[in-house]
Amino acid sequence: MIVKELAEQLELKVLAGEEGLDREIKGGYCGDLLSEVMAKAPEGCVWLTVQGHQNIMAVAVLRDMSAVILVGGHSPDEDTKQKADKEGIPILLWPGSAFDLAGRIYAGLA
Amino acid sequence: MAALRKTFRINKKDFIHAGEASISVKNLLKSLHVDTKLIRCVSVCGYEGEMNVVMHGGEGILSVEIDREKVILEISDDGPGIENIDLAMQEGFSTATEEQREMGFGAGMGLPNMKRNSDHMTVESEKEKGTQIRMSFSMADEKGE
Ligand SMILES: Nc1ncnc2c1ncn2[C@@H]1O[C@H](COP(=O)(O)OP(=O)(O)O)[C@@H](O)[C@H]1O
Ligand SMILES: [Mg+2]
Repeated sequence: MIVKELAEQLELKVLAGEEGLDREIKGGYCGDLLSEVMAKAPEGCVWLTVQGHQNIMAVAVLRDMSAVILVGGHSPDEDTKQKADKEGIPILLWPGSAFDLAGRIYAGLA
Repeated sequence: MAALRKTFRINKKDFIHAGEASISVKNLLKSLHVDTKLIRCVSVCGYEGEMNVVMHGGEGILSVEIDREKVILEISDDGPGIENIDLAMQEGFSTATEEQREMGFGAGMGLPNMKRNSDHMTVESEKEKGTQIRMSFSMADEKGE
């Protein structure tokens, strides 16, 4: 599945990084501690987090992520969006809980 | 391949550009077709080291050296130094501020992750003088993850 398909299926709002919408989703990871995500998130994952500040994008780039999804109604800072555009990694929004979203994505990937 | 060396500046308290040196190193290794797993290890170490300079250190430099056998990453800064290196190396130890913790930093996993993802790591630090960290990664074997 590519990011665009996921966004359409689950009605996730695409806020930035549209250029990366055709990235392939190979897995997922949930986490808000950057060191933990940096150490453990798999390549090609979608990352579910509440962190919207710009430093999340370096983690997304260094981990070769396919997209970042801000959950729980959190939104990215302006700088974060600019970095996402520059790096071509989409930022999507999900108003509900990480648990709910992770379950749906997991079911879709399985 | 002759040894290739590149150096990047890390500016004190510069959260805006934090991570860029590590991204440059990653792109460099990728362009040299270094093994993907090794790139991921170097990326973890570079990122954690770079963030430590920005959060805890001073003006800093990150340098990478690549030859046929290994990658060497050196990260140094002229900040306040690490008072007790053994303690700092322990998982969970952090002097990060409340504000930094809210941003998802300060898990106290940076130095332990650097140790885990490199083949060899040395930390030297002197109070009020700064910190130097050197890590090497062998092209031959698989590490971390
Ligand atoms: N470059 C540095 N200069 C000064 N202190 C440092 C530096 N790097 C690490 N430290 C100290 O070591 C502690 C542990 O570092 P680390 O394992 O990366 O965890 P964290 O960054 O989450 O606090 C830091 O909280 C800080 O006190
Ligand atoms: Mg750290």
